[in-house]
Amino acid sequence: MKVVVTSTGEGVDSQVDPRFGRASTFVMVDTESGETESIDNSGGARAAQGAGIQAAETVSRLGAERLVTGHCGPKAFRALQAAGIEVYIGASGTVAEAIGQLKSGELQLSTGPDVGGHWG
Amino acid sequence: MIVAIASGKGGTGKTTVAVNLALSLSGNVQLLDCDVEAPNVHLFLEAQLEGREVVGIPVPVVDADLCNQCGECSRLCQYNAIAVLGTGVMVFPELCHGCGGCALVCPEDAISEVMRPIGVVEESRSGSVHLVQGRLNVGEALVPPLIREVRARSCEEGVVLIDAPPGTSCSMIAAVRGSDFVVLVTEPTPFGLNDLELAVETVRTLDIPFGVVINRAGSGDNRVQEYCAAEDIDILLEIPDDRRIAEAYARGLTLVDAIPDICPLFDSLAAKVEALSPITAGRPIGKELADVRP
Amino acid sequence: MSGRDSLSGSLPVAEAQAMHARVPELVVISGKGGTGKTSVVASLAVLAENVVVADCDVDAADLHLVLAPEILETHAFVSGHEAVIRQSDCDASGTCKEVCRFGAVIAGEGSSAFVIDPLACEGCGVCVELCPAHAIDFPERNCGEWFVSTTRNGPMVHARLGIAAENSGKLVSIVRNEARNAAAGNGSSMILVDGPPGIGCPVIAAITGAAGVLVVTEPTVSGEHDMERVLELAAHFQIPAAVCVNRWDINPEGARSIEVRAREHGATIVGRIRYDAAVTQAQVGGRAVVELGGVAADDIRAVWDRVQRWMDE
Repeated sequence: MKVVVTSTGEGVDSQVDPRFGRASTFVMVDTESGETESIDNSGGARAAQGAGIQAAETVSRLGAERLVTGHCGPKAFRALQAAGIEVYIGASGTVAEAIGQLKSGELQLSTGPDVGGHWG
Repeated sequence: MIVAIASGKGGTGKTTVAVNLALSLSGNVQLLDCDVEAPNVHLFLEAQLEGREVVGIPVPVVDADLCNQCGECSRLCQYNAIAVLGTGVMVFPELCHGCGGCALVCPEDAISEVMRPIGVVEESRSGSVHLVQGRLNVGEALVPPLIREVRARSCEEGVVLIDAPPGTSCSMIAAVRGSDFVVLVTEPTPFGLNDLELAVETVRTLDIPFGVVINRAGSGDNRVQEYCAAEDIDILLEIPDDRRIAEAYARGLTLVDAIPDICPLFDSLAAKVEALSPITAGRPIGKELADVRP
Repeated sequence: MSGRDSLSGSLPVAEAQAMHARVPELVVISGKGGTGKTSVVASLAVLAENVVVADCDVDAADLHLVLAPEILETHAFVSGHEAVIRQSDCDASGTCKEVCRFGAVIAGEGSSAFVIDPLACEGCGVCVELCPAHAIDFPERNCGEWFVSTTRNGPMVHARLGIAAENSGKLVSIVRNEARNAAAGNGSSMILVDGPPGIGCPVIAAITGAAGVLVVTEPTVSGEHDMERVLELAAHFQIPAAVCVNRWDINPEGARSIEVRAREHGATIVGRIRYDAAVTQAQVGGRAVVELGGVAADDIRAVWDRVQRWMDE
């Protein structure tokens, strides 16, 4: 299954970025094959509004089924939900560690946004 | 003849000048309250509401049966208001600016538009003054479209006064653009001078002739007068720092009614406005803006 | 001048994580302009200990005239785009004028059939997309600057929104974000925000996620009317609100009426400030009124005490 983790850099050894819409990079990990891919999200940083929506679109287009991040705002959550992507929050450490946290059930599956809009 | 009353700084007395000037002009006057986030003109005029219209922005609606998720709409949208997610397209109407681009580029003709309300335009009359005001819905983020709707209801003839919102950003531009003259209201303080300089730069960029009214004259220092002299800017009127004025304003009274010895000040301003002539053809005027209404 | 956009991933992770500690933000707003909000903020900045000041009144900012910040960093604020016709490639089809919903395409001069008025262009990109001659460029727009500074009272983050720039709230968000970074880095106990007037996007961007808003109003019908709208906005975003009436003795009846109205909206009254010529005189001298003294200074001190107690609740 394809999992996207929000990251501050490329590769599974980079630190998790707790933000979604304005995270600099998405690291996608295929948990079965172990293949990874890093996708730049600098466009999200420049968006005046709706960065979370744009990011949700990117993640959806990648075919990811799960998103692992620190926090998720209301518009981003709506968008991810519409795309059928499960959102796991509370991740920390490196991307590889976050995947580990996901697999061991340490991360919380979100049923709604956990921060307000216009955050960050 | 369209005269906008604007200011860099809020609270300098735009509304006071707009209302009392309207009452001092001869003949019928139309007053457009374009300070749509906080419209206050109506508090000073006892006016009968004659009409109210809900105003909105056209936002997209996607026909899921026709949509093939090609993503052209989302690619074009500068506001992230429309996104292809999973098996469908989602619209975020609160982010939409109503540009109509998505509907135009959709290769499947799957996008139509519906009106999303952002506020109301209300018309009323008080004696010789015909008031048109915009009132933005609380929680609504986008301001200029409502201001454009108020401007679109401008008369073709006679004097039209515009009470503009404070500042120099897109809202003020929407209110002031295309007018024949701008009255910049300021106060003789450092904040007043700082914001007057920004407003002057803005009006010069708009290439509209302007003059300055100094409110609460005598309450601060002389730097505003010095600035106007150095920049060759006409000071049209100085309203004294008079506690009676503050008290009348506080109670929602017009100065020309509450303080008769103030009337000559506004009569002189009215005479100056009546002596103005409209800018010659070639500049955008209110009428062109009317063509823009979605 | 750095082009760093604070909203990008260049933020060190430790600081990003620290943001979650959420240093409380008190946002001072007014609804109506001119109620004395910035003068009050200037005094609170002097009275408060260990705070970061954020001037989010980015369209006509004034707080720096009193707090005299020494600018340490200047950053360009780039936001959105604008459409520019490449006249050499234009074939005068008029498509741009037809599709523009903002009246931004106007008659050109000389051999230019059309020209785009940058003051009206909203950067939607529709004309760029649909021009049959592909003759329209779409550069990013420089919309102002933001600054990280230091003052005699602590760190300050402020900005200058460019003329005719879209007042979308993005610059406000950047200022707040940088203020949070500064607060995290400094171990500050609070962020004091000078908010914008009105109730539109910049105000929304200034107040979301705030611990509380302090509405500085005046005892006038306009002040009351606009206070109500701004209290509705705060309630809409579920942010606790406090109110203080400035220059209350100009109209004591009005002051009472406003306080009743404020309580009806669920706001806490934190005091009243008397009219005092010293406020303007202080401003003329580049000082906050509490640095000079007088009745308004005394009243502002009392308001600050009350606000701090309210914030602790």
